[in-house]
Amino acid sequence: MGRLEVLKTYKVYIGGKFPRTESGRYYTPTNAKGEQLGNICLSSRKDVRNSVVAARKAFGGWSERAANNRGQILYRIAEMLEGRKAQFIEEIIFQGATKKDAEKEVSIAIDRLIYYAGWCDKYTQVLSSVNPVASAHFNFSVHEPMGVIGVVADKHTSLIGLVSLMAPVIAGGNTCVVIASEGLPLCSVTFAEVLNSSDVPGGVVNILTGKVGEMMPPLASHMDVNGIVYSGDDKKEIKDLEESTALNMKRISVYSADWMNSDEQDIYKIADCQEVKTTWHPIENIGGASSSY
Amino acid sequence: MNKKNGTANHRIPDFSLSPRIDKVGVEERVSRFQTRSIKTSAKLQGLKMVLNMIDLTTLEGKDTPGKVRQMCYKAQHLHDYHPGLPSVAAVCVYPTMVGVAKKGVEGSGVKVASVSTAFPSGQAPLKIKLADTKFAVSEGADEIDMVISRGKFLRGEYNYVFDEIAAIKEVCGDARLKVILETGELVTLDNVRRASDIAMYAGADFIKTSTGKIQPAATMQVTYTMLEAIRDFMDETGIKVGMKPAGGISNSKLALHNLVMVKEVLGGEWLNNDWFRFGASSLANDVLMQIMKAETGNYQSSDYFSID
Repeated sequence: MGRLEVLKTYKVYIGGKFPRTESGRYYTPTNAKGEQLGNICLSSRKDVRNSVVAARKAFGGWSERAANNRGQILYRIAEMLEGRKAQFIEEIIFQGATKKDAEKEVSIAIDRLIYYAGWCDKYTQVLSSVNPVASAHFNFSVHEPMGVIGVVADKHTSLIGLVSLMAPVIAGGNTCVVIASEGLPLCSVTFAEVLNSSDVPGGVVNILTGKVGEMMPPLASHMDVNGIVYSGDDKKEIKDLEESTALNMKRISVYSADWMNSDEQDIYKIADCQEVKTTWHPIENIGGASSSY
Repeated sequence: MNKKNGTANHRIPDFSLSPRIDKVGVEERVSRFQTRSIKTSAKLQGLKMVLNMIDLTTLEGKDTPGKVRQMCYKAQHLHDYHPGLPSVAAVCVYPTMVGVAKKGVEGSGVKVASVSTAFPSGQAPLKIKLADTKFAVSEGADEIDMVISRGKFLRGEYNYVFDEIAAIKEVCGDARLKVILETGELVTLDNVRRASDIAMYAGADFIKTSTGKIQPAATMQVTYTMLEAIRDFMDETGIKVGMKPAGGISNSKLALHNLVMVKEVLGGEWLNNDWFRFGASSLANDVLMQIMKAETGNYQSSDYFSID
C-alpha cells in the first residue's frame, strides 16, 4: 500500500512563534504548471499589528546587543541555511525555477548573510565621522538603528529577495516585519524556521504571508514603524507607500535590483535604516597642535 | 450618590457562613464576557468611559512631588492633541503626597485618593493605621484606599477585620472609603467573597481587589465574585457599594470586558466613576492609543503619548 504523504502546514512567524493568521483565512497559489503550492496564510492587518508589537518589544534587546554578537547570530543563520540547502532548492524548483537557478539562489542567500554578518561590527566605523566645526567643540556623528522596519520583499523571488532586504536591516540593529512574496511564499516560511533555530531572538524578524495590497497600507501608516524598505518597481505601490508613510515621516528605501546578482550587496543598505546622531561635546576642537586630547 | 446610614440598622451576618463560590462556574461565566464583540461607536464610547473611570496611580518608594505633579497634569490633560477627552476619575498616591496632589488637581474635578493603613502590607497596629488615615484625610484626601489585615483574616479573626474597617470608616469623615482585599493573598474565591461581605457590612463605600503589589491581582474571576457580593449586599440592605479592580488591567480590551461584566451583573447604574473605577497606571495610554486608532484609522505608537 502506498504511503500518504504528509503535507507541510505553512504558518506565519510572529514574535518567535508560528501561529496561524488570526483571520483564519488561506490562499492557494499555484506554480506555472498549475500545481498548488500549499495552503498559505492570508494574513490580515491585525497580524501586521501583532507583528509590530512583537518587533517593538524585541528592538530594545536586539539593538543593545554587542555588535559582534549580532554578527555571530547572522553567521549562524547562514550556517543553518547551509544545512537545509536541499529543502530550499526543492521548494524553489517547485515554485517554478530551474535546478541551476535554484542552487544559485540559495548559495547567494547564504553568502549574502555572511557578508552582512561581517559588517555588523564594522559599519559604524566606516559610516560614522568626526566633523570639523567652527567652535571649540568635539563634534561627532554616529549611526544608530531606526527601530522597527517594515520590509516588503521582492515579489519575483522566494528566498533571495527576502534575505537581501532583511539581512542589512537586522545587521544594523533594527527589528523588522517582513511581507513575503505573495506568489512565491514557500521559502519565506521555511526561512522563518531557519531563523527560529539560529539564536535570533523572537520578534527580531517577523514574517507574514498574504496579499501585499492588504498588509502594506496598515504597515506603512503604522505610527510605531520607523522605516520601510521595498523591493520592486510597481509605480502605484510606491506612490501609495510614499503617501501613507508621510504620517510619521518614515524613511522609505525603494530598491529595484536583481538580487540574484552577487554584487547587489553593500554597506549603504545598512545605512538606509540608520539614524545619524550628531553630538557636540564641549571640550575643544580636537586634533590641533595644542590640543590636550 | 446616596448618603447612607451604614449598616447599623441591619443584622450583621455570620461571615463564616458566607456563600461558597463555584470556581468552575465562575470561570465559565467570565469566559462568556470575553466573547462579546464591541466595535466602532460602541467601542469608542466604552473607551471614553474607561478613561473617565481610571484612578491614575503612583505608589512607589521613589515617588517625588515632581512625579506626583506630573501625574496630576496628565490626569487632566490625557492627550491634548485630541480635544474633548474626559479626565480620569482620580489620582491615587501615598498619604505624604496628598497635599501635592490636591494642589495639582485643584479645580479640575479630579479627586485625590490616598492609600493608608500601612499600605501595602497592612502590618501595623490599629493606632498607627488610624493616625495614617487621619493624616491623609486632614491633608485633603477625597478617598481613602485602606488594606485589610490579611493575616488576621486568614487566621479566621473576622471580627478583628470587621472592627478595624469600621474604625477606619469612622475617621474617614466625608472621604469615601475603598477597602482593598488583596485577593492575591486570599487565595480562594470563597475567601474573596467572605472578605467582600465583611468589608461591605463594616462600612466600605467601595471594595477593591488589590494593592497592585501582589500577583495575581484583578483577574476577572475575582472581580466577578466581588460584583456578585455587591449585588447580594444591595438586595439585602439596599445599600449601593462601588467596585474597583486594580492591578493587571493594562489593556483596553480587558477593560471593556470588565465593563460588560459590570453591566451584566450589576446593571447600567454602576457604569460611572461614582461606582466603578479602574486602578491602573499604564491602562490610560493604551486606551488613548485605541481611541486615536479608532479616530484616525492608523495604528499608534507610544512615542506620541505622554510617559506613564
